[in-house]
Amino acid sequence: MIRIPCPFCGTRDHSEFSYGGDATVIYPPLDAAAADWIEAVFQRDNIDGVQFESWQHLHGCRMWIIVERDTCTHEILSVRPADDAIARALTITSAHPGGPA
Amino acid sequence: MSTRRQPSGGHIDRSKVLDFTWDGKPLQGYAGDSLASALLANGEQVLGRSFKYHRPRGVMSAGVEESGALVTVGTGARCDANVRATTQELYQGLVAQGQNAWPSVRFDFGALNGLLSRFLSAGFYYKTFMGVPPLEWGSGTGMWMRYEKIIRRAAGMGEASRAPDPDHYEHAHGYCDLLVVGSGPAGRAAARAAAQAGLDVVLVEQDSVSGGNSLSQPGAAAGLADEITALEHAGVRSMTRTIAFGLYDHGTAGLLERVTDHLADPPTWLPRQRFWTLRAAHTVLATGAIERHLAFGNNDRPGVMTVAAARTYLNRFAVLPGERIVVATNNDSAYPAAAELANAGASVRLLDARTTIPDQLRNSLASAEVDLHLGLAPLQARGASGVNALALAKADGAKWRAASSMSCDLVLVSAGWSPVVNLLSHRGVQPVWDAANACFLPDSSDEPITMAGSAAGVWHTSDCVLSGTAAGIRAAHALGKSVTQTQAPAAGGWQAPIRALYEIKVPGRKLKSFVDLQHDVTSEDVRLAQREGYVSVEHLKRYTTLGMAIDQGKMGNVIGLALMAEALGKEIPEVGTTTFRPPYIPVSIGALRGRSVDQHFRPLRRTALHRWNLAHGATMTMAGLWHRPWYFAREGETLANAYEREAATVRRTVGLCDVTSLGKIAIQGPDATELLNRVYSNPFAKLAVGKTRYGIMLRDDGIVMDDGTTWRLSETEYFMTTTTAHAANVMAFLEELLQTRWPDLKVHVTSVSEQWTGVAVAGPKSRSVLEACVQDPAVVSNDNLPFMGVTESILKDDIPCRIARISFSGELAFEVYVPADFGPAAMDLLWSIAKGLDGCLYGLEAMGALRIEKGHVTGAELDGRVTIEDAGLGRMASNKKSYIGSALRKRPDLARANRPKLVGIFPRDRREIFNAGALLCAADQLEGLGEGWISSVTHSPELGHWIGLGFISGGQESWQNKAVVAADPIRKGNTAVEIVSPHMVDPDGERMHG
Repeated sequence: MIRIPCPFCGTRDHSEFSYGGDATVIYPPLDAAAADWIEAVFQRDNIDGVQFESWQHLHGCRMWIIVERDTCTHEILSVRPADDAIARALTITSAHPGGPA
Repeated sequence: MSTRRQPSGGHIDRSKVLDFTWDGKPLQGYAGDSLASALLANGEQVLGRSFKYHRPRGVMSAGVEESGALVTVGTGARCDANVRATTQELYQGLVAQGQNAWPSVRFDFGALNGLLSRFLSAGFYYKTFMGVPPLEWGSGTGMWMRYEKIIRRAAGMGEASRAPDPDHYEHAHGYCDLLVVGSGPAGRAAARAAAQAGLDVVLVEQDSVSGGNSLSQPGAAAGLADEITALEHAGVRSMTRTIAFGLYDHGTAGLLERVTDHLADPPTWLPRQRFWTLRAAHTVLATGAIERHLAFGNNDRPGVMTVAAARTYLNRFAVLPGERIVVATNNDSAYPAAAELANAGASVRLLDARTTIPDQLRNSLASAEVDLHLGLAPLQARGASGVNALALAKADGAKWRAASSMSCDLVLVSAGWSPVVNLLSHRGVQPVWDAANACFLPDSSDEPITMAGSAAGVWHTSDCVLSGTAAGIRAAHALGKSVTQTQAPAAGGWQAPIRALYEIKVPGRKLKSFVDLQHDVTSEDVRLAQREGYVSVEHLKRYTTLGMAIDQGKMGNVIGLALMAEALGKEIPEVGTTTFRPPYIPVSIGALRGRSVDQHFRPLRRTALHRWNLAHGATMTMAGLWHRPWYFAREGETLANAYEREAATVRRTVGLCDVTSLGKIAIQGPDATELLNRVYSNPFAKLAVGKTRYGIMLRDDGIVMDDGTTWRLSETEYFMTTTTAHAANVMAFLEELLQTRWPDLKVHVTSVSEQWTGVAVAGPKSRSVLEACVQDPAVVSNDNLPFMGVTESILKDDIPCRIARISFSGELAFEVYVPADFGPAAMDLLWSIAKGLDGCLYGLEAMGALRIEKGHVTGAELDGRVTIEDAGLGRMASNKKSYIGSALRKRPDLARANRPKLVGIFPRDRREIFNAGALLCAADQLEGLGEGWISSVTHSPELGHWIGLGFISGGQESWQNKAVVAADPIRKGNTAVEIVSPHMVDPDGERMHG
């Protein structure tokens, strides 16, 4: 049982989440060549160590998050919302608990 | 072995006599007894028969490491096999019996196997008796199979009940700062220190009472109960009968709580066991150590047990397990036990394998009459079903030579202690060998786990308390409490070093010396494995079965490793150790499943029309998690009669069908159109408000993900429907796209599947039904609501609704959605009209028949391997825009001309039938995977014969005028078929436009 600290809900069992995949993959534009899409969809590293991966808090807030996890030890080094704008908003809110200054 | 109950002392309640039955014989024990202690008190010593050789076995321990006294407890459906008598609490009316024996454990015909032991050595299954006449005759034939059956029956354990489990089980969840496993001196000290530092502590104890090893010490009873109460007052949550069977990531522990296994008549409202998932920030393992035995001749006889076991039986259960006792040791720990047994009235001889001991140790026996002998060890126990004498070996430097024998009725052995490092090993921390203490010790690690007490190799009780305190404080420190850390005592603590001993043997004497009693693994088996090349510990384990089964090598593993090291001329650390894996003890399947059984196995989803459907005669079926109407049988109708009538009625007049289970997603925002245009393969940019479109979604890899209709309600709002099966995936995929790939799109997606009730109104008279039901009949006219039109309107009784003119059946048809709470009222209204028009209610079976006739695909066809071209819908995909999957759907293999393509299938002889799942083969090539497969079949009411949908290489064009067979060799055999267009009824779609 891995425990994932969801930035929105707090630490929850991994059974509440669903695994997305390698979060460092940058999907090419929809009109990009097949070769670029093959690279993004099929050519994945099987990392032995720390990797960034996407998870969705499926049975919780349904937010997609980026988890920095060691695949050997399951140690979780960082977690942030997948959507950068939301991540920034959270930083602002936590810096100013009453809301954005 | 003559045993007797002591007149006083122990943690038993002599005022509560409990009746129980052993192998049909009525016996009595006391409250507080284990089954093993009660049997010993009654003089029962042969309690089991061994796995292969059917040798008599008795109690050898007093705990979870037991592999001798394995019995069957309970009767009928509650019959539980392979129960360790040492951990089973006695209760009134308990029924236990011996196992793996006929007619009884005392007299067992299977013992003849002992004579065949030459053939049953390590690896006998693998060798399959090759080269051992007469067993090799007929190898690989029916005759050989018969030998094999007999041998399998002869070897074995207890038999499980075949009746359904009458008990229920629970899953429970817990959280704490600190989990302390084990309530012995170290565990209690750790819990106390941590609670005082302000931690929320859970203390779990596998036994029925807290106390651990303190219960086995003389005279600790009164103070112990007070100590536990004080702990609970300090806030420690104490759980007994609860064993930590596994440690997992991030501080998660698996606990098994035995709730009613000790009750004579368990109340029905209590679960038999609770399976706990406990999440702890830190864990202290005060799991103790298990005393090891020694390989010597007949060391498996009833009447040979560990010293610690005898001490527990004496001090905790007030049972003196023998009168003429030989205690054999190689370390200090047996000395107090020897003195206690002598003081209890037994004649005790203590053999210490060491040739010198310090005076202080010798003096510890001064208060008792113990006859101490140095430099002696047990060589062979004598006696058929018990022990009447022990042949001795005398130390000769590092070797042993045969010496005289001693008459005795009980042999107690202490060959050292193995700290219980199993739970730490679950976390991937391998133990390290400590030669000075002759045991594996826990290695340091980054895990938030602290070992304490004898589990860390600390032998003295007073040191264990210090070790526990240090562990509790360390946990508090790690969790940010301000505490002063104390130094934990180092491993060890005996006055004289242990003399490492694993086997006693002398030249020229053939002995049956057991390493692992559970599977009858002898020291010769270990050497045989070495000679045959199975020298890695992992191979040794699998070849000899050493360390497998119920006890998982709790007592025998270290001996096996030591003997392998000796055979290889290596040291134990070079041989290594096998990894311990969860569970630490057997966990019942019932506890694993908890309440997830029968209908609780999967949550059941009901539509708002569930009761309405049932009240109107629906027979239900499962569609994913949903319960949906299957068919509405009228009096005397079978399923086949009912769905054919329903399908025919839809084509002739009108039918109503509950389609609520379809996924429904609200898509709202200024970029809603852009999102849809990117995820659907067909164009959506120009869909007008008030119109709907059938769309096909691909995955990134170009394979079809899902299909459905999406309705444009306004400039910025859409209502998307998905298939029942893929509703959840589609929703998660849209969320992924919006949050991870296209966060710039201003769109919200919301699942509204449960907010709306959907009804399909299908058939030539469907418009008449709706005209009678809407407040303004004009909204459903052909002009106002043309094919693929959408409107938001109001039904009579002021029921708000959305109506789309879409057709899955191929007839003039509508889908009507109303807010879920209005579902039954809307259905009442629709049905009151449809009924009068000679209409019907129809279920999933008729819907299937209608869509197969039309060649419409569902999940059976869109199975995750099919491209949009394969499904015959390639012309829908846009060539002008890019969308998810557009790049990869053009991969060469997906564009191959001979890919299996959607076709319709008729039996050549129209009276014939075929099954979904049959392979489609060229008639002259009935082999392999054939040319395709049948995905859906139905009897077509319209055509009057069986039809199917399926896929075949190259599609219909490639198979014109060719003989094709639906190959179904296991079920109904082969059927000649004809490949036709998938659009088997009304191919031009005239009806739905009408």
